Amino acid sequence: MESIRIIELKESIFADNNADADRLRGQLKQQGTFLLNLMSSPGSGKTSTLKRTIAALQDELSIGVMEADIDSDVDAAAIAATGARTIQLHTGGMCHLDADMTRQGLTEFGTEDLDLVVLENVGNLVCPAEFDTGAVKNAVILSVPEGHDKPLKYPLMFEVADVLIINKIDVLPYFDFDIQKLTEYAHMRHPGLPIFPVSAKTGEGMDAWTDWLRRQVAEWKQ
Amino acid sequence: MHELGLVNYVVKQVSRIAEENHVAKIHSVTLEFGEVSGIVTSYLYDYWNWYTKKFPLFDGAKLLCEEIPAVTWCDDCKQTYPTVQYGKTCPHCGSGNTWLQQGNEMNIKQIEVEDTREGDQNGE
Repeated sequence: MESIRIIELKESIFADNNADADRLRGQLKQQGTFLLNLMSSPGSGKTSTLKRTIAALQDELSIGVMEADIDSDVDAAAIAATGARTIQLHTGGMCHLDADMTRQGLTEFGTEDLDLVVLENVGNLVCPAEFDTGAVKNAVILSVPEGHDKPLKYPLMFEVADVLIINKIDVLPYFDFDIQKLTEYAHMRHPGLPIFPVSAKTGEGMDAWTDWLRRQVAEWKQ
Repeated sequence: MHELGLVNYVVKQVSRIAEENHVAKIHSVTLEFGEVSGIVTSYLYDYWNWYTKKFPLFDGAKLLCEEIPAVTWCDDCKQTYPTVQYGKTCPHCGSGNTWLQQGNEMNIKQIEVEDTREGDQNGE
């Protein structure tokens, strides 16, 4: 006889991924590798901010970068030029990375001897916020031309952020970008969120940001 | 894009539950989404029909979606209101000090299954 029954679950679609991300964080803690998940819209300057960050830290930390994109390897090539170890991940059309894809990337990469691995997520302010990658901290970059209202439009991204970088402050005179308003909106979504205004082009403000990152890595390795 | 990833997760998660429960076949999967979860259910059905074809366990399995209404809580006047109609500003007192109480959920609510044939252990 066929028996048909209902299994009630009431569990989040993300439950398995969240558990997997926690496992991955545990492994990274054991091997003393800090994983930073870097998120932003396309064109906000993730890659150029990263190049500056690597230049500031590469004498003291061994750094690796995983570039996630739907296609191409232009970002990986740009990062490889800095001397940091680089791998390009293709998401095969998916708009984000999850914990399992991140682990596969890390395994192929070989991260045991790295202090800091930066995962440059797919450029997108929506989907990557939903998926825990297993990173220790989430960094979000917002650039001046995008406007100060983005925390209102993409609330989840600013809720999951552990740090917010405002890039392209060198063009502030040409845009109606209000840093005070941005700070207010971002703190509505995430009270106390650290915010670092920088210009990846001129290098302005980069020290405060890299100091923050340096402290996070040191704390994680304790 | 996003929906494709979700279908992928649902299939993985339901497959694991099916194995744990000695399920032979899935008849339907019911998901519940918050009104402001940003999910476009029409995409979800398309992806579901395409993706589940690869898994015999899901042969002919129906996808059902239910919506959870979005409700916002006002911290100042301590009342709730429908999110989609009024957004961030409380219609009772005009405050912007408001928080989404429910409406961004993405849950697997239940699955309708057929157990493995007689002779195997019956479920509880």
